[in-house]
Amino acid sequence: MDIINYLKEHENKDMLRFLTCGSVDDGKSTLIGRMLYDSKMIFDDQLAAAESESKKYGTTGEKIDMALLVDGLQSEREQGITIDVAYRFFATENRKFIIADTPGHEQYTRNMVTGASTADVAIILIDARKGILTQTRRHSFIVSLLGIEHVVVAINKMDLVDFSEDVFNEISASYGALADELGIKNTYYIPVSALDGDNVVDKSENTPWFAGKPLLGLLDGMDISKEIKAENFRFPVQYVNRPNLDFRGFCGTIAAGSVEVGDEITVLPSGKTTKVKSIINAGDISEANKNATTAEARVQMAITITTEDEVDISRGDMIVHTKSLPRVSNSLKVMLVWMDEKPMTLGRAYDIKRATSVVSGSFEHINYKIDVNTYERTQVERLELNDIASCKILLTRPIAADSYKENKETGSFIVVDRISNNTVGAGMIVGVTKRDEDKSVHSHKTYSDAEKALNKYIRDNFPEWDCKEV
Amino acid sequence: MIDEKRLTHLKQLEAESIHILREVAAEFSNPVMMYSVGKDSSVMLHLAMKAFAPAKLPFPLLHVDTLWKFKEMIEFRDQRAKDLGFDLVVHSNPEGIEMNISPFEHGSKVHTDVMKTQGLKQALNKGGYDAIIGGARRDEEKSRAKERIFSFRDKHHRWDPKNQRPELWNVYNTAIQKGESVRVFPISNWTELDIWQYIYLEGIPIPSLYFAREHEVVEMDGVKIMVDDERMPEELRKTAKKEMVRFRTLGCYPLTGAINSTATTLPEIIKEMLLSTSSEREGRLIDKDQEGAMELKKIEGYF
Repeated sequence: MDIINYLKEHENKDMLRFLTCGSVDDGKSTLIGRMLYDSKMIFDDQLAAAESESKKYGTTGEKIDMALLVDGLQSEREQGITIDVAYRFFATENRKFIIADTPGHEQYTRNMVTGASTADVAIILIDARKGILTQTRRHSFIVSLLGIEHVVVAINKMDLVDFSEDVFNEISASYGALADELGIKNTYYIPVSALDGDNVVDKSENTPWFAGKPLLGLLDGMDISKEIKAENFRFPVQYVNRPNLDFRGFCGTIAAGSVEVGDEITVLPSGKTTKVKSIINAGDISEANKNATTAEARVQMAITITTEDEVDISRGDMIVHTKSLPRVSNSLKVMLVWMDEKPMTLGRAYDIKRATSVVSGSFEHINYKIDVNTYERTQVERLELNDIASCKILLTRPIAADSYKENKETGSFIVVDRISNNTVGAGMIVGVTKRDEDKSVHSHKTYSDAEKALNKYIRDNFPEWDCKEV
Repeated sequence: MIDEKRLTHLKQLEAESIHILREVAAEFSNPVMMYSVGKDSSVMLHLAMKAFAPAKLPFPLLHVDTLWKFKEMIEFRDQRAKDLGFDLVVHSNPEGIEMNISPFEHGSKVHTDVMKTQGLKQALNKGGYDAIIGGARRDEEKSRAKERIFSFRDKHHRWDPKNQRPELWNVYNTAIQKGESVRVFPISNWTELDIWQYIYLEGIPIPSLYFAREHEVVEMDGVKIMVDDERMPEELRKTAKKEMVRFRTLGCYPLTGAINSTATTLPEIIKEMLLSTSSEREGRLIDKDQEGAMELKKIEGYF
């Protein structure tokens, strides 16, 4: 093939991120190793290394252990399990793929949540001999919680059930019921044998009754596009670029919608309004031209905006279309995944990082904790590692809040411990709560400048007091 | 099939990298970008110029010079600094210079440890940087596949692979205590092919060592090493032969293997890469020292 034409074609590839869910025995690493190997992403020297390691740690006898191609850290290789999220890459003619390879055991729920947070598609592995297990329910719950809209159910080890169509249909039907229960939008079913490569890259001769595409073909052609609602422009201000007195640009990545020069915009939470004067798309900048402007820009683009008026805009603010304002509140209902050994304590101050803003806040109330295996709801007073719960959070400052369902980028946040600095939780905004405490923020009482200054002093210097802004 | 409204994979990767670079500039008080003069560094530099245009780069570039780099790399580095007007900090381990560390004499392990790992730690301590931007990619090596984009380092620059902070969505935890630091990898999700395609599409300058040319090479441990200067022992130099070669990665010349090639243009390099059967790190002698070598080096503070 002519290389110049090849490069032209490959300039226009799409990108798809997917997550693989399964436990050690499901053959997850084997499946990934198979995809990388068959799409020629494994090189000879890596294969040779895996071959020498197979003799040491392998579990597949004389065959090369495909899992060793992907199990990264030495401790994992020794234990034969995947304990962290690993990212892998391969490409086909149409797409570049990023795989988030995550462990499946319950004690690694947080790792799976991490991998799921950036995925467009999830592959759920089910052992054909065992059918739907507790872990299948757990994985599916996390996938739906993180808002993944496409789930591929790979029914693996079909060679061990004689490639039985009945077994395949039975498992597919029971999974369908589970997907309905969780509200997973799109499901796809494939009978595979990761070990031998049936229906992974090429269609298997062992499943003549299967009319669908093999796994790779399915991923390659899957439509994952979402409708862009231009009016719902969301632009978290990331960085203020001010090289000289004549230029003041607001840099960031568009989280939703699109924007045009001349659009009326509102800065939140301050509520100040202005118009877009110019848009610089960072992608268009070359060494020769550092001022390449564009008339419009849309979601995912990293841009710089200048405004008609000199309004006060800083990092952490959100710029939106004036005609389509999100709700602004300091009291939110959220789904929270706890990720730290140290339990979550109600009332304690944590830092909440949402998009580019960091606001301190505390969890006021746990509505219920949900069991990832049975989906049962229970009342609890604190959350342990890997617990998932519906909570109410009270922030010390209001933020523009979209629900995670509407917008993953502006509806998601991480919880940072203010002493250890660790990421201790991940949250998804469900909605704004109307509560009495709201009044404390929008208080009718007027304060003097000295009182305001005192309030600011306390908030700046004693954040652990959880002092509210007046 | 591809929705017109979705960005191409290179545009998505570019936007992601720019987002990461801006996050560093906004959240840290004293960041620095590692500059190793290679193709990945060239792409990072290009992305950084885009992220902060029309302003200059808000952080300096740091080159840890082991004093055994290819001569051309140093010329190229200084020319880029002049053309683009960025601040360049160069550091070489003075103790290593005193000991006259040589990869030929002391071997790759000692040389890399003293000149690269220790040299890097000295430079970082000296600069007091709180964020260090590096050009590592997750597709390069298995232990890198598990590293975060914002990767926490303790006061001793050590990485704890089993205790990494969860990293979700594109929300990066940048909180650290004084003395600690974060290594940031903006091109984590790029593959070698992405890098080359992007260099080709954007016309990014790279050192000519990447293109095939006649060079004097000798065989060392089955790897072709270019004769770049007279510090190569004479008995080795005697065996030198002229061959058409190029380099897939650039580093210290005695530790960087050349491959036979006729690729003199970017499309030819990409074609050769697509047809090749060995991964890019194969030419690097340091990774082969021991199994899991990279993981151990990273724990010790190497990039």
